[in-house]
Amino acid sequence: MRRNRLGTTGLALAALVPLVFLAVFFLLPVSAMVARGLHIDGRWSFDAFGEVLGRSRTGRVLWFTVWISSLATALTVAIGVPIAYVTYRLKLPAMGLVRGLLVMPFVLPTIVVGVAFRTLLAPSGPLGFLGWDGSWQAILLALVFFNIAVVVRTVGSRWQSLDVRQMEAAAALGAGPMTVLRTVVLPALRPAIVSAASVVFLFCAGAFGVVLTLGGVRYSTIETEIYLLTTNFLDLRAAAVLSLLQAVTVIGLLLITERTTARSGLVRLRAGVSARQRVRRSDLPLIGLTALAVLFVAAPLLTLVVRSLQVGDGWGLDNYRRLTRVDESPVLAASVTDALATSFRVAIDATVLAVTLGLLVSFVVTRRPRSTAGRRLLSGLDTVFMLPLGISAVTVGFGFLIALDEPPLDLRSSPILVPIAQAMVALPLVVRIVAPALRSVDPRERDAAASLGATPLRAFWDVDRRVLAKPLLAATGFAFAVSLGEFGATSFLARPENPTLPVVIYQLLGHPGANYFGMALAGSVILAAVTATVMVVVERLGVRGTGAF
Amino acid sequence: MFRKSHTPLITLCCLALGATVAGCSTTGEKSSSSSSSGSKVTTVTLVTHDSWVAPKELLAEFTKSTGYQVKVLASGDAGKVANSVVLSKGKPTGDVVFGIDNTFASRVVDAKALTNYTSKALPKSASAYALPGDSASAMTPIDFGDVCVNIDNAWFASKNKPVPQTLDDLVKPEYKGLFVTPGAATSSPGMAFLLATIAKYGDNGWQEYWKKLMANGTKVTSGWSDAWNVDYTAGGGKGSRPIVLSYNTSPADTLKDGKSTTSAMTQSCFRQVEYAGVLAGAKNEPGAKAFIDFMLGKSFQTALPTNMYVFPVDRSIALPDAWRTAVKVPEKTLSVDPAKITANRDAWLRTWQDATSG
Repeated sequence: MRRNRLGTTGLALAALVPLVFLAVFFLLPVSAMVARGLHIDGRWSFDAFGEVLGRSRTGRVLWFTVWISSLATALTVAIGVPIAYVTYRLKLPAMGLVRGLLVMPFVLPTIVVGVAFRTLLAPSGPLGFLGWDGSWQAILLALVFFNIAVVVRTVGSRWQSLDVRQMEAAAALGAGPMTVLRTVVLPALRPAIVSAASVVFLFCAGAFGVVLTLGGVRYSTIETEIYLLTTNFLDLRAAAVLSLLQAVTVIGLLLITERTTARSGLVRLRAGVSARQRVRRSDLPLIGLTALAVLFVAAPLLTLVVRSLQVGDGWGLDNYRRLTRVDESPVLAASVTDALATSFRVAIDATVLAVTLGLLVSFVVTRRPRSTAGRRLLSGLDTVFMLPLGISAVTVGFGFLIALDEPPLDLRSSPILVPIAQAMVALPLVVRIVAPALRSVDPRERDAAASLGATPLRAFWDVDRRVLAKPLLAATGFAFAVSLGEFGATSFLARPENPTLPVVIYQLLGHPGANYFGMALAGSVILAAVTATVMVVVERLGVRGTGAF
Repeated sequence: MFRKSHTPLITLCCLALGATVAGCSTTGEKSSSSSSSGSKVTTVTLVTHDSWVAPKELLAEFTKSTGYQVKVLASGDAGKVANSVVLSKGKPTGDVVFGIDNTFASRVVDAKALTNYTSKALPKSASAYALPGDSASAMTPIDFGDVCVNIDNAWFASKNKPVPQTLDDLVKPEYKGLFVTPGAATSSPGMAFLLATIAKYGDNGWQEYWKKLMANGTKVTSGWSDAWNVDYTAGGGKGSRPIVLSYNTSPADTLKDGKSTTSAMTQSCFRQVEYAGVLAGAKNEPGAKAFIDFMLGKSFQTALPTNMYVFPVDRSIALPDAWRTAVKVPEKTLSVDPAKITANRDAWLRTWQDATSG
């Protein structure tokens, strides 16, 4: 099979568009920040490395980051995979609602979640007896709370598309359910599990608001350390060293996951959705676990709802009402409906951008070049696009400020930067969901289509589209949720005239004043509820649409 | 492994991208009529923090009297604003900056990120808030707020306990486990409280004081919001600590039957002054100066308490009714020289981190 030059050119083009984006909106700002820290008086000075890495505090912070993120990832995967099975594979009512509930934490502002957890865990709270307020356990719980959805959705959407005939065949040959799980299902799911785990790890290592709020003064991660060094000390040298340390950690982690996924063989995926199974007795413990997880996610959310309904010593919808009246509360920059509309507009932009770029990247990295060099190049590409998840938002945010200050790129105060920054964070998630699906397409199918005279686009439409539909839907939903909830890099960008809902919530939270806190919580409840509803509805429509294939 | 080009697919993707970038974007950006072609500049761009609140009518008044439209770029807290001004020195994102306080002021002045300007509109009472020495001409004081320890008097009354009066009281055993404060490294009022203790106990005594505070069961949270809303007994979260670090205006938020159930400890206050400055390299320097004059004017100064919860530097302005009864402006506050803050900030914070995270 001869690859013609046009094909390679096309590939290069496909890779170039996302690369240019990444270079301008991520690599450039980050390198500018690092250069600001290490390039002093016209010379590079690297003695900062020894000094910063030699601080006892740095060692402690790095160690805490690694172990808390690893533990949180392991726990999230252990809980998330069974839940993915229950919510995507079993014939049970209201599973769409459960999936919607699990995604709510994903879009909540981290400070709000921190307050919710603290309300539960504080000595005066219902779980005060645990003594977990300001402990690492609290941080761990919150990290799991945030990330369950990542595992459930990534693994679940793949589980839906597994060809059940293999499992049925194994079962017909006398293999027990556990054996089928071990020999057929798990190997087929492994790419999705590893993908989800690496994303969760990066989210945990990059978690910031949660660690600050729940860790009190005792615990800090590399991310919170970079934040403090940058914002409070303006110690750009140390921040640059830690940012590089972060980058090295991320790349290391990705290389490891690369190894793990590269070995997985070809898995047959079906188009559409496999029929859901009836519940068997052996499923009961898993259903129990799912119920527990739902409770665990619901508890902090309920705390928020309860407190948002608190009015003085009584109850009422006053906080919600106040959110609609801009003229009554001066701090309220926009009514909740306007802010929500702005959030959605920005999220749609970010989603279109992330999914388009994500498709291109996935398309490129799933090609199978013959040469080792080619394969290396592609896995390198894959890694580069994961970087935005692992690098501190503070570094990127301040980087925008000092890197994009020259025309034609003086975008520092342009509203367009917000969806772009969010798309950069969502892009790796899209790639992580779409690429495994594309990998599962047998190239021989495309070749067959081509040899029957189909154009590549036609071949793509006939062959890849079938396995792409659902992962693409999942990825779109995710990109949307990431955009709605992202506040790290966005908080560094100038607030446009029309603030998004998270911005309004943070403004309310930061203001001393009798009603502002309640209003902030009410806004958070609305944000989470609306997002979950949208995702559930889109899923419904999507499943109906793709089920027809 | 493919044989033909997949240019069509890429073309499609590029088209979608292009559409988004080229402003078929749903963000619906209305490009403001800012001048780029060297015609008369009609916009003043204000760089400020997220707590900036100014009613539209107020800004319209400025536009009416000067002809300049105000474009507001707000992001982050006072520290973030100060740093972004330092980092983008010479190529500012706007013309005028507001909201840098006295704990960050000299960092910005030292970086030479501002153009000197002394407003003729400066009221007499404002000189009390000016930065010391030459820095006074770089930054103009606009408002101030006092960060003080707050006491839930109702709680102490119900327990028949005497109310703590001074910072010394907070380390006494009878007040063990009753105090909560946001941390100095993560919150601006927290930093103000650290500076209050440094002012009171001196370079050699404050660390000892903090060790005693921690030994006496003080809780340090990351931000003001969860200290007040989760831990404070009067903060609405039914917390368990009746002493919190907050503002002198906070008692106005805990009214019962028109009277406040809490009070601020007037001997514990640190004064945070917020400044405005003309950014060096501003595209519209006259507009920036006009806006600073406007911020010192009666309309803007009168709007400060209700919009931003701070006190106007023009002391002739009448305060809101709720403040007159529940809020006391302390006669004397604890203070540290801004230059000294900038020189020692890092060392103090690191020492503080070690003292509190042990």
